[in-house]
Amino acid sequence: MSSEAHAAHGHGHEPGHEEAAHGSMKGYVTGFVLSVILTAIPFWIVMGDVFREPATAAIVVMVFAVAQIVVHMVYFLHMNAKSEGGWTMLAMIFTVVLVIITLSGSLWVMFHLKSNMMPGGTHTMGAPQ
Amino acid sequence: MTPNPASESVLFGKLSLAAIPLHEPILLATFAVVAIGGVAVLGALTYYRVWGWLWRDWLTSIDHKKIGIMYMILGVIMLLRGFSDAIMMRLQQAIAFGGSEGYLPPHHYDQIFTAHGVIMIFFVAMPFITGMMNYIVPLQIGARDVAFPFLNNFSFWMTTGGAVLVMMSLFVGEFAATGWLAYPPLSGIESSPTVGVDYYIWALQVAGVGTLLSGVNLIATIVKMRAPGMTMMRLPIFVWTALCSNILIVASFPVLTATLALLSADRYLGTAFFTNDFGGSAMMYVNLIWIWGHPEVYILILPAFGIFSEVTATYCGKRLFGYASMVYATVVITILSYLVWLHHFFTMGSGASVNSFFGITTMIISIPTGAKIFNWLFTMYRGRIRFELPMMWTVSFMVTFVIGGMTGVLLAVPPADFVLHNSLFLIAHFHNVIIGGVLFGLFAGIAYWFPKAFGFKLNTFWGTISFWCWTIGFYVAFMPLYVLGLMGVTRRLSKFDDPSLQIWFVIAALGAGLIAIGIASFLIQIYVSFRDREALTDTTGDPWDGRTLEWSTSSPPPAYNFAFTPVVHDLDAWHDMKKRGYVRPTDGFIPIHMPKNTGAGVVLAGISTLLGFALIWHIWWLAGLSFVALIATAIGHTFNYSRDFHIPASDVVMTENERTRLLGAGA
Repeated sequence: MSSEAHAAHGHGHEPGHEEAAHGSMKGYVTGFVLSVILTAIPFWIVMGDVFREPATAAIVVMVFAVAQIVVHMVYFLHMNAKSEGGWTMLAMIFTVVLVIITLSGSLWVMFHLKSNMMPGGTHTMGAPQ
Repeated sequence: MTPNPASESVLFGKLSLAAIPLHEPILLATFAVVAIGGVAVLGALTYYRVWGWLWRDWLTSIDHKKIGIMYMILGVIMLLRGFSDAIMMRLQQAIAFGGSEGYLPPHHYDQIFTAHGVIMIFFVAMPFITGMMNYIVPLQIGARDVAFPFLNNFSFWMTTGGAVLVMMSLFVGEFAATGWLAYPPLSGIESSPTVGVDYYIWALQVAGVGTLLSGVNLIATIVKMRAPGMTMMRLPIFVWTALCSNILIVASFPVLTATLALLSADRYLGTAFFTNDFGGSAMMYVNLIWIWGHPEVYILILPAFGIFSEVTATYCGKRLFGYASMVYATVVITILSYLVWLHHFFTMGSGASVNSFFGITTMIISIPTGAKIFNWLFTMYRGRIRFELPMMWTVSFMVTFVIGGMTGVLLAVPPADFVLHNSLFLIAHFHNVIIGGVLFGLFAGIAYWFPKAFGFKLNTFWGTISFWCWTIGFYVAFMPLYVLGLMGVTRRLSKFDDPSLQIWFVIAALGAGLIAIGIASFLIQIYVSFRDREALTDTTGDPWDGRTLEWSTSSPPPAYNFAFTPVVHDLDAWHDMKKRGYVRPTDGFIPIHMPKNTGAGVVLAGISTLLGFALIWHIWWLAGLSFVALIATAIGHTFNYSRDFHIPASDVVMTENERTRLLGAGA
C-alpha cells in the first residue's frame, strides 16, 4: 500500500480507489422491485388468511424474510464472493454461523430449561421415577 | 411507568439534594479527596497555562498513538478506583466475623462488589487492551494511522463517557447493587427501584458504542492498511490476536447492547422481557448476557496472548515457535468462544444433554490454549533468553495461567460445577486467569513498548518490585479463596458466622495489600523513569533488538509513523530487514497526507454522557434536548470538509535528519 493509498483514507471517495462496485441504476431498481414483491406477498398471506394454520403462515413468512435478506445483501450491499478480496464473504459466513449458533443455541437451551424446570414439563429432573 | 412518579419533578426528574450521599462518611471522605485532587489538577493546568496545549495536542488528537496513550491513562485511573473497591471488600470480609458487621453496611458493600466487577472489566481491562491495540497495531503493519482516525477519537471519548457515569454514581445517587452482570429480576424495577441499575445500563451503553466502533476501526485497519508484502501469514502475532479480538467485539457487543436495551425497556417502559410476571423469563437474560460475556473474556485474553508471543520471540532472540499453529489456535479460540457460554449457568437446569455439550466444548477450548503455552515454551527452549521485565511477566503468566486454566477445566465438569457454582472457587479461578493472563500481559506489554511510546526505558528496580508484589500478592490473595470455595463459601457475602474461616480471609487481605504495593511500585516506576529519562533514554528506536516493524521507526515515532511505507518480505519484517542490511533512506522525502485533529469526538461523547445522565435521572426534557443536539452535531460534523492536511516535505526532512543525527550519536 503506497502513500497514495494512505492518503485515500482521509477522503474515502477518491475515484478509482474503491474495489467494490457501487451498483447501477438497474441493480437498485431490480432490488427495489424484488423487495416490494417479497414484502407484498407475506402481507397478503397474513391479511388474506391464505393458510388457515397460523404456524404454516409463520414459517412461509419467515422463508420470505430470509429471501428478503438475501436480496438486500446482493442488490443493496453488493455482496459477492469477490468484493474486497473475499473479505466481505468471509465476514458474511462468520456472521451467519454466529447468528445460527446464537439463535439455535438459545432455543435449545431455553427449550430444555422449560421442559426440565417448569411444572408439567416432559422431564422431571431428579424426581423419583 | 415509574414506581412513584409523584417524587419526580419536571425540571430535575428523580434528582434532588437527597441523592448526594451526605450521610455516608466513607463516600463523603472519598468525595473530599477527589474534589481536592481535582481542584489541584485543574488549578495546576490553569497555572501552567496548558489547557490550550492539552486540548489541541491531546484531547482532540486523532493520532492513534496519542489516543492509545490516553486509553492507557484512563485504564490506570480506573484501576485505582477498581482496586480501592477490591481492598475495601477484602478488609470487610477479613473483619466481619463473630457478630461483627464489619465497617460496610450490606447495601454499600453490594454496590462495591458490583462497581469492582464493572470497572475492572469495562473500564480497566478494556481500555488497556484497546489502548495497546491502538498504539501498536498500525505501527506493526506499517500504517500511518488507523482506517478511521476521527472515529478512533470518538470511540475513546465514548469509553471515557461511560467511565465518567460510573464515577459520578459514587457521589450523585448510587451504583447498582446487583453484581456485575445485573441479573434480573434483582435488576428489575421492582427489586431495584433506585438509579443504581440505570447508571449501570447507561454507562455500559455509552462505553459500548466506543468499544464497538473501535472494533470496526481496527478490523478495517488490519484488513485494508497492511504494508505491501505483509500477507496475512506474515502478520505479527499481536496483530493476529488483535484482529480476532476485534472480530469478537464486533460480533458480540451488539448482543450486550440489545440485552441491556431489553432490560431498560423492562425498567423504563414496563415491558416484561425478563420479569417474573407476564410471561417474562429472567433466565433468557442470563442466556443472552453470557452469549456476549463469554466471548468478552477472549476479547481480553487474546491480545494478551499476542503480547506474550511478541515478548517471548524478542527476548529469546528467535522466531516464535509454531507461528502457523499460533494463528490457527487463535482462530479456533475465536470460533469456539461462541460455543461455551452455557458453562456460566450449568446449574440453571437445562439438563444433562445441554450441560454435557457445553462442558465438552469448554474442555475442547483449552486445547488450543494449551498449544499456545507449548509454543511459548518451545520458543524459549534453546533461546538466548534475556530476563528483562516483560519476559519475567511472561514466565509468571505461564505458571499462573496454567493453574487458572486447570481450575477452569475443573469447573467445566458440570457435576463439579454444581458444587462450585457461585463459590469463592469461581472467584479465585477467574481472577487467576484475568490477573495472571490479561493483567500480566498488559504489564509485559507496557514494559516492552514503553520505550517505543516515550523514548526512554522503564526503571527496572521499581518494575521488579512491582512484578514480585503482583505475583506473590496474587497467590496470597487468591489461593485462600480456592480453599474457601472448596469448603463451600459463596461469593458476595458481607459477613460470616463460622469463625474458622476468618484466617483465610485475613491471608487474602494481606495478599491484596501486597498487590497494593505492586500498584504503588508501578506508579513510582513511571515517576522515577520519567525523572531519570535522560539516563534511560533510547535513541535507536530499537532498544530490545526487536523483530517487528514498530522497532524500525524512531522512539517515540513521528506523527506519520513511517517516512516511507516499509516493504515486507518475511515474517518478523524488521528482523528480516536488519539481517539483509537495510539502510534507512535519508533523502527523497515527500509531503505526507494526514488527517486533521477535531473536537467533534469530545463534543459528541460529552453530549452522549449528558444524555445518559438525563435518562438515569428521568430528566426527560434534558434527554430530549441532548438527543436532538447529538444528532445535530453528528450531522453538522459531516459538513466539516477541512479534515486533512499535508505535513510539508521540509518538516519530514527536519524530523528525519534529527533521527539520523541521534542514530549517528548513539553509534
